[in-house]
Amino acid sequence: MLLKRKWSIICIAIALVMVASGCKKKAPPPPPPAPPPTKTVEAPPPAAPDITEFSAEPSSIERGGSSTLKWTVTNANQITIDNGVGSVQATGSRSVYPNQTTTYTLRATGPGGTLSKSATVNVTAPPPPAAPPPAKPDLGQRMSALQDAYYDYDKSDVRDDARSALTKDADLLKSIFQDFPDAVITLEGHCDERGSAEYNLGLGDRRATSAKDFLVQLGVPADKLKTISYGKERPVCTESNEECWQRNRRAHFSTGQ
Amino acid sequence: MKKTLLAGIAVILLGLSVLWAQGNDVVIKIINGQKTVLAAPDLHGSGAAQNFMGAFNDTLFSDLQNSGFFDMAPKGMYPLQVPQRPEDFRQPPRPGTSMGGLALADWASPPVSTNYLATGYTAEQNGQIVLYGWLFDVGQPNLANAQILGKRYFGSVDEAGARLVAHQFAADILAHWGGTSLFGTKIYFVSNRTGHKEIWSMDPDGSNQKQLTSFKSISIMPAISPDGSKLAFTSYASGNPGIFILSTETGRRLPFYNQRASLNATPDLMPDGKQILYASSASGYTQIYVANLDGSNLRRISSSRAIEVEPKVNPKTGNDIVFVSGRTGPQQIFRMNFDGTGVERLTNGEGEASNPCWNPNGEVIAFSWTRGYATGNFNIFLMDVASREYSQLTHSEGRNENPSWAPDGRHLVFMSTRSGSHEIYTMLADGTQVHQLTSAGNNWTPVWGK
Repeated sequence: MLLKRKWSIICIAIALVMVASGCKKKAPPPPPPAPPPTKTVEAPPPAAPDITEFSAEPSSIERGGSSTLKWTVTNANQITIDNGVGSVQATGSRSVYPNQTTTYTLRATGPGGTLSKSATVNVTAPPPPAAPPPAKPDLGQRMSALQDAYYDYDKSDVRDDARSALTKDADLLKSIFQDFPDAVITLEGHCDERGSAEYNLGLGDRRATSAKDFLVQLGVPADKLKTISYGKERPVCTESNEECWQRNRRAHFSTGQ
Repeated sequence: MKKTLLAGIAVILLGLSVLWAQGNDVVIKIINGQKTVLAAPDLHGSGAAQNFMGAFNDTLFSDLQNSGFFDMAPKGMYPLQVPQRPEDFRQPPRPGTSMGGLALADWASPPVSTNYLATGYTAEQNGQIVLYGWLFDVGQPNLANAQILGKRYFGSVDEAGARLVAHQFAADILAHWGGTSLFGTKIYFVSNRTGHKEIWSMDPDGSNQKQLTSFKSISIMPAISPDGSKLAFTSYASGNPGIFILSTETGRRLPFYNQRASLNATPDLMPDGKQILYASSASGYTQIYVANLDGSNLRRISSSRAIEVEPKVNPKTGNDIVFVSGRTGPQQIFRMNFDGTGVERLTNGEGEASNPCWNPNGEVIAFSWTRGYATGNFNIFLMDVASREYSQLTHSEGRNENPSWAPDGRHLVFMSTRSGSHEIYTMLADGTQVHQLTSAGNNWTPVWGK
């Protein structure tokens, strides 16, 4: 029993000594044995992608037309075409509608590398459409150049100033009727507020008629001119002064009611 | 007096006394200056009838006052007690003793000093309003002689019913003086209150204003047949101004052939109900034509190189036509026979004259004239056609135009701008009792029909 104890103490002591010495100084490990030489087999390298075809047909279009892109690609697992086409299959076609000359680039990527090819669609502007015939101004616009004829109070004879206004109007009217052969123009007779409404109906009628007669004498076709009296029913102004009264004593051109 | 003053000023200012012609103004006596004094105290009602007595008393008093037959005794002077029926009167014990209103003499003597007393009362009876109305000649010595009218009137128990019995009572009182009530007559006129000039109608007191046309065009210058059954007017609804005729009973358009012309206007319906006078530019200058009521069988009457409009035939003779013409210069009133002969100018050439309208008596016309005023400032005048004497009814309160006689021949309706806008007014033919009937929008060219 005592012996056994002695041996255990000795063993622990040796172990302690060994541990203590191990911490202080490490001995280099022996090199590993060299691996056995392996026999190497020559593996083939991965094939590079190939773009057998990438074309735009037709290669030239008019704006608004379409061209068809066609492609055949091998050895690629990722194929894209730029300009909005995106990822595509290895073989395919796609219609494109470029607005201007565009070069499409197909990019094929595979284990063997990346390859690009471009196809250009030339876009030509269509010829401009035939210019429309020069626009005629409308009848109302043409008539706005016609001048009113003005009258004295309770009178319907054509004054000197009305004479010169109506002479210019006659030329204008002839040209208007040439451009608008179907037009019929109304001469409205108007009065100021002072006379009675009933008498003024008759007076406005005289004013429209005298202006028409004057124009007809100058060669304006009579059947193209209608007359209507508004008496004092449709004044252009309503103030009670001579300036306004004069503005209302007139023959005025209109396209009718 | 005013006129003399005006003349004097003009002479001084112008120094042209020879040019200031002394006007021949005389009073055209449509309205007798001597009027009967009438007392019309506020009446009372029993039961539900009392609720509408305000409307009743207003209507009765204004009908009597507006008739022009009476000087209405002022209500403030009336005695405290008002006899409501013959049984209420008391005989005074001695002549001259006041009975506080219960004696006839209490009304005949000052301060009331009336000649007549209209009295009575209303009650609700069998679901109706009943008016017991009496008229007494208070100058008579006893009740038996004094009672002139005693009558019952029935209406609905509402304001309309109360107004109705008041109108009827007033009509019976007027009839005693030979007067015609205007209750039930219509005034036709033009209004632009909708945004377009359309033809409207209303009662003579301005109530019941109704739109008759909806052309959304320019519809103007109405004329009414003497029997009130047909309304003619001028409208632009088909393009150029043309004549349209409506039945006032159905509101429907009656056929009228407008002759081919730039202008057919100012219609006047003949008293016989079969023909129409109008103005047309068919031959150039606007001239007077006559045609059947449907426009057929037309014939030109006047013949001049001048504007001629507004023909109006004498309702008594059916022969004389008054019309407006520019044949001697500025527009004036002329007269001619129905065949176009005998043309004579009625107005003296001064200013401008228009809108002639025959009194039902066939002797007097009302018209508008600028005589004595600036161009355009029309006033209403009357003229005795035979003597050509005239008198002026309005005096430069704006423009006053288009007088039209009421069927009673005593009232006129006319247009005036005195309020600032164009409105319709009535007045007695002596220029008094002026009432404004319209206020919405502008209103023109009234005509008074049955």
